[in-house]
Amino acid sequence: MAPTTPSDVLRIEDLRISFEMHGHLNEVVKGVSLRVPAGRTVALVGESGSGKTVISQAIMGLLPRNGVITQGRILFSDPIKDGKTLDIAQLPADGTKMRKLRGGRIGMIFQEPMSSLSPVHTVGSQIEEALQLHRPHPRKEARAVTEKMLGLVGFRDPSRSYDRYSFELSGGLRQRAMLAMALICHPALLIADEPTTALDVTIQAQVLKLMKELQRDIGMAILLITHDLGVVANMADEVVVVYRGELMEAGTVDDIFRRPSHPYLKALLKASPDFDMKEGERLVALREVAPVVPTRKKPSYEGNSAPLLSVRHLRKTYGSKSGGSVLAVDDVSFDIGRGECLGLVGESGSGKTTVGNMIMRARKADAGEIVFHGEKAPVDVLGLDSHTLKAFRPHMQMIFQDPVSSLSPRMTVLDIIREPMIIQGKGDAATQKQRAVELMHAVGLDPRFLNRYPHSFSGGQRQRIGIARALALDPDLIICDEPVSALDVSVQAQILNLLKDLQASLGLTYLFVSHNLAVVHYMAERIAVMARGRIVEIGPRQELFRNPAHPYTRCLLKAVPLPDLDRRLDFDVAMAGGTASDPASWPAEFRDVEGGSLRMIDLGNGHSVLAAERCTAHDIAVHRGHHAAQ
Amino acid sequence: MLRYIARRILIMIPTLLITSALIFTVMQLPPSDYFETYVAEMAAQGEKADMSRVEFLKKEYGFDKPLIERYFLWVTGFVQGDFGYSFEYEMPVSDVVGERLALTVLVSFCTILMTWVIAFPIGIYSATHQYSWGDYGLTFIGLIGIAVPHFLLALIFMYFANVWFGLSIGGLMDPVYFNQPMSWAKAQSILAHLWIPVLIIGAGGTGSMVRAIRANLLDELQKQYYITAKAKGLPPGKALVKYPLRMSLNFFVSHIGDVLPSIVSGSELTAVVLSLQTTGPLLLRALQSQDMYLAGSFLLFLSCLTVVGVLISDILLGFLDPRIRLQGGRTK
Repeated sequence: MAPTTPSDVLRIEDLRISFEMHGHLNEVVKGVSLRVPAGRTVALVGESGSGKTVISQAIMGLLPRNGVITQGRILFSDPIKDGKTLDIAQLPADGTKMRKLRGGRIGMIFQEPMSSLSPVHTVGSQIEEALQLHRPHPRKEARAVTEKMLGLVGFRDPSRSYDRYSFELSGGLRQRAMLAMALICHPALLIADEPTTALDVTIQAQVLKLMKELQRDIGMAILLITHDLGVVANMADEVVVVYRGELMEAGTVDDIFRRPSHPYLKALLKASPDFDMKEGERLVALREVAPVVPTRKKPSYEGNSAPLLSVRHLRKTYGSKSGGSVLAVDDVSFDIGRGECLGLVGESGSGKTTVGNMIMRARKADAGEIVFHGEKAPVDVLGLDSHTLKAFRPHMQMIFQDPVSSLSPRMTVLDIIREPMIIQGKGDAATQKQRAVELMHAVGLDPRFLNRYPHSFSGGQRQRIGIARALALDPDLIICDEPVSALDVSVQAQILNLLKDLQASLGLTYLFVSHNLAVVHYMAERIAVMARGRIVEIGPRQELFRNPAHPYTRCLLKAVPLPDLDRRLDFDVAMAGGTASDPASWPAEFRDVEGGSLRMIDLGNGHSVLAAERCTAHDIAVHRGHHAAQ
Repeated sequence: MLRYIARRILIMIPTLLITSALIFTVMQLPPSDYFETYVAEMAAQGEKADMSRVEFLKKEYGFDKPLIERYFLWVTGFVQGDFGYSFEYEMPVSDVVGERLALTVLVSFCTILMTWVIAFPIGIYSATHQYSWGDYGLTFIGLIGIAVPHFLLALIFMYFANVWFGLSIGGLMDPVYFNQPMSWAKAQSILAHLWIPVLIIGAGGTGSMVRAIRANLLDELQKQYYITAKAKGLPPGKALVKYPLRMSLNFFVSHIGDVLPSIVSGSELTAVVLSLQTTGPLLLRALQSQDMYLAGSFLLFLSCLTVVGVLISDILLGFLDPRIRLQGGRTK
């Protein structure tokens, strides 16, 4: 443990926390010690279930009812009351002293900006409430202070934003509102529990930058709880690593990244994908699961050079009764080659999931054409009627984002995997069961689990069940919609490796939809970038990462925090021009100014970019060179 | 918001038209009508029915006209406040229902008030003290309230009131006040009789209301925004009332839609057992004797109240929950 100095805002000493379950105590935090110096950022790193959130709840005095601190001290010394130290572990959780700390001297923001704010109160009133609790102001003044705070966290029109409701704001703005609420009383310590995990990369970079700036202005310390080593490398001064409730390693960010000593930390660093991975390099999962991947005769591609799936001019508009409509997908065209993995990247709301759903015929396309070139004659996917669609279904399957809600809790694993075969009338019960056993082996699960229900599996195991279900009908194309974004880094590595192995041995073709550039970089041979319903750039992975042509792609690449101290985010560059996906922030070459239309411009090597009709490949190259020189 | 209300009111018109047509059809479905039942009943008693009067009434009420025309006569009459004529009581429907309606509203209103006053604190207590002995005990009592049918509870009450206290608790007033104009003494008598039916009819409603409030509040207590509120430093009680309780009100307000019609229909069987002078027994009798205008107008009146009740709860929801107000009509 680092030596304690009088300037530590928070010092945790040998903290033990247990949860009472059915009468006996289950220890989840086993003797953790850490410190947070004033004005600095300490990152608390660990997977889900490591106890990092429980520690933060204990600091706030917000442990669930069945949680008890069995041992240890949580010492909080407020810099403005010099030297006076309180032991939070000894304070009654709902007592006046603790309530004064909570929100007043210790602020907290949470992972889910969607649910952290009440939907029926205005944003301003919720922020002002925190102010009035700890630093009462007359009403008018309080509103002025609140609006000033809203301005400080980056709301463009604070007085109007005050009266808005949380559901009217984007995820990034909601997290800014949370920050405003946590910081309006200028606390000495901010606890940020996975503050950017639910946000898009560009928004994540903005929020992280904002946290740094506010830290500088207000001078608070930050306890940053995260599993993302990229965020840690860019934000933290000191790092504490916990695993299953135990402290693994603690030290300065320099020590942790340059000289990791504990095997767990080393493994964690190897499990996260980054842009430096070489061709064919595999992620190393913390706990490797060896699937028995079956091999099947790869579909013969000879004499058929057409891509497996061609999408042309796909369009979808979502309307609303109260007038106005949103163009969710606008003139999207791409091909997926046989046995290829095409990555589809974009921020939330860019239309990437809608594209996947339309290919699956789960949503109706307004216009466009989707042609599937199977082993037989080409199939016009959008033209299929309900009867022919059912017969076509086995060719395309889907893997979903949420491993919890995508499996019915009332069906056993066997029923879940058999269901597609039953619908398609494939084989009798015995052969279906045999197939289910094979599939369980293929995804690295024990076939003895077939009679269990989904709730007895972890998130990663559930996702394997979802993959087994998608494989049940021997599909050619699988649409993976954010398949790992709900999983921990280590489990994510397992699932990504499994998908890669299955692709190689079964000759599968993937459309891999994700907002995580590092994951797409690991999985996909070609990548398409979507913004505002359009594909703005598409090309082979290396090409796209080395020579991004579109300003949005460049912004995306720059906003990814890398777990590398030598390549920290340049927040100012990442932020340039405000919202990166807003066409207004793009140079004129990439906008449809004065009625001129946009078209895909071929830059060679299968790399194209969306730009104004009048531009040529040369113009783009000049623009790119100009940008690189800056 | 104004557009929303206007749209909701416009939707009420076709809804009521369809309902009235359904009610009218059901009324016409039985193979006989009131007059045939009446003549047959008279014949069975060895008396001769006054056929000229039957013929007159049939003509007066257009039983010789085609169905469609009768339907429109009935509906237009309803809109103008003419609810038709009760053949059994030989009075206009509005006169038959008159005082009973006022009493029904009184009984039901008190019942609803009692339900809310009792159910809210108990529901909140049960949710915040989940799985405590208090929660289990209150849940048990509530479940008894739900499980025992009202009329049975009424019988039990009557039996024990008689055996233990020698009281007759039936009726809503002392029999001497029947058909008397309202007076101070009559009002007192009504108030003295009121509490027993209110208690009995309210028992089941209170039980289910407690369950619903508990379940809704428990859901809301898990939500992140409640933790946010506590993390701000709000005292637990204040945080509970301002955030989760406010959210669980949504369910409560949508429940108001069901409450309005029940104010008028009362609890039919209980009212019969306790011989309350409410509208419940009247409807039952009208349905039995095929007194079609009395029954039909009554049902249509209930439908109107249902539709109005739903409208009121929707408007309240709009005010209470900005998501409904500001996002209403957005398609997925």
